[in-house]
Amino acid sequence: MIKFIHVTKEYPKGAALVDVSFHILKGEFCFVTGHSGAGKSTALRLIYMAERPTSGDVRVSGFVSARGGRDIPRLRRRLGIVFQDFRLLQERTAEENVAFALEVTGARRSTVGPRVMRVLTQVGLAGKARQYPRELSGGEQQRVAIARALVNDPIVLLADEPTGNLDERATRGIFQLLRDINASGTAVILATHDLDLVRSVPAHLIELQHGAVVYDSAEDGGPAAGEGEP
Amino acid sequence: MRLLLRETALAFRRAPLPSALSVVTIAFSLFVIGLYGLVTVNIHDAIGSVARRVEVVAYLQRGTPVETVETAMADVQAFPEVESVRHVSSAQALARAQRELPEFQSIFQDLEANPLPASLEVRLKPRYRDAASAAAVADRLRSFSFVDDVRFGGDWVAKLDRLRTIAGAVGAVIGAAFALVGIMIIGTTIRMAVLHRREEITIMRLVGATDGFIRRPFLLEGLIKGLLGGALALGLCYGAWALVNTYLLRAAFFTGAEAAAGIAAGGLLGLGGSLFSIGRHLRSV
Ligand SMILES: Nc1ncnc2c1ncn2[C@@H]1O[C@H](COP(=O)(O)OP(=O)(O)OP(=O)(O)O)[C@@H](O)[C@H]1O
Ligand SMILES: [Mg+2]
Repeated sequence: MIKFIHVTKEYPKGAALVDVSFHILKGEFCFVTGHSGAGKSTALRLIYMAERPTSGDVRVSGFVSARGGRDIPRLRRRLGIVFQDFRLLQERTAEENVAFALEVTGARRSTVGPRVMRVLTQVGLAGKARQYPRELSGGEQQRVAIARALVNDPIVLLADEPTGNLDERATRGIFQLLRDINASGTAVILATHDLDLVRSVPAHLIELQHGAVVYDSAEDGGPAAGEGEP
Repeated sequence: MRLLLRETALAFRRAPLPSALSVVTIAFSLFVIGLYGLVTVNIHDAIGSVARRVEVVAYLQRGTPVETVETAMADVQAFPEVESVRHVSSAQALARAQRELPEFQSIFQDLEANPLPASLEVRLKPRYRDAASAAAVADRLRSFSFVDDVRFGGDWVAKLDRLRTIAGAVGAVIGAAFALVGIMIIGTTIRMAVLHRREEITIMRLVGATDGFIRRPFLLEGLIKGLLGGALALGLCYGAWALVNTYLLRAAFFTGAEAAAGIAAGGLLGLGGSLFSIGRHLRSV
């Protein structure tokens, strides 16, 4: 479903990814780990095509990075993306933030309300739909962001360090939510350097170092049970 | 469409100060253009009314038979430049002189014979009211044997010509300069609005909104601000015109079509400025 084929990404200051190849399947739970600056965020940006590879190909569910351009909005509607810093609009309530993602992609108005409530319920925030981000805890804000990512029924949820700003308890909660989402059929790609999380469940694991893949559990014969690299 | 209007209204409500500021700056730049427009319109009117008086007068020899004059009038009327020809007999000329120059009443009364010659007063069509055409008509009139002398105030007509050219050139230059400043101000205010909403734009792109969709509310916002600015500028112009009209001199105001064109120009400026700003922003992120 997501395929990197000899992908190199160079910035003026140097290469962020060097000859990276991997394959993430439909419905997988995949960790992307590595030290700070290893290239995790860059890999995710290449998946949602905010960047183009310097060389090589990125393929996401039939979309090819080389084509880019006009296809990108259509691709993004099939992806859900969450970040460490939530990226919610402060002057909109939780439900308005989620509805925003539907409205700007041209969803029929009559379908917006029910779909928003469904995903807010799914992330456990149905009761706080009318609250503004500043009235919510970090964990709750991240749940709103996840609801927004889910509302378009994505085939894959991309999460870049989603628990980076959260305490232990909130981290567990968000992680469990991502697992539940994955259990219902959506692929999840989680970039993190939290090795406790990585070790806690069996999943596909890709480890980057200085822009290169140093470990891929899929190459080891099937999803690793967290027994791989430290 | 409803969403579009809602988003635009929200833009005004969320940033009332920048919104008001951009409307006012658009209004002000259009106001300056409008003032210049008013001055131009009035100069144009003044030139027009002066030009309407451009006449070529042919003085006739004494004792020219009436039939000859009438035939000549038909010929002159057929000149392509000529709007009308009027015959003024020497008696009519004297009566007019007495009427228009009452200071010389006593002199006219002491006259034993009428010294004023009869004349043909030739009025030119509007587009021929310039020095060259007047001179051409005068030459042709001079060739009639019974014509004594022809007057058309040649240098006066030439001055009028020059004034018209200068007024047009100055108007074009100053108008263009102000329009340029106006466009720059509008571009900047919309750019401020774009920066103000860059987080929103980032999120719209992440969730898969097309550039066209992202652009639309900004274009609408620019259009509406431009139209509002145009209307405000028109109001300011009207105020300035009313003041001048009351305290200084009678002046003409824009026609309905000119006023509408002014408001539409505001809308176009707003649209153009926002198109430029949002386009640049979308290309840069
Ligand atoms: N937009 C950019 N311009 C220039 N260099 C960049 C850019 N984005 C990332 N880099 C560089 O690319 C390398 C990889 O960065 P990336 O953000 O992918 O790392 P990361 O694994 O996500 O790190 P972290 O765990 O700190 O988030 C770094 O050396 C970084 O400085
Ligand atoms: Mg990162």
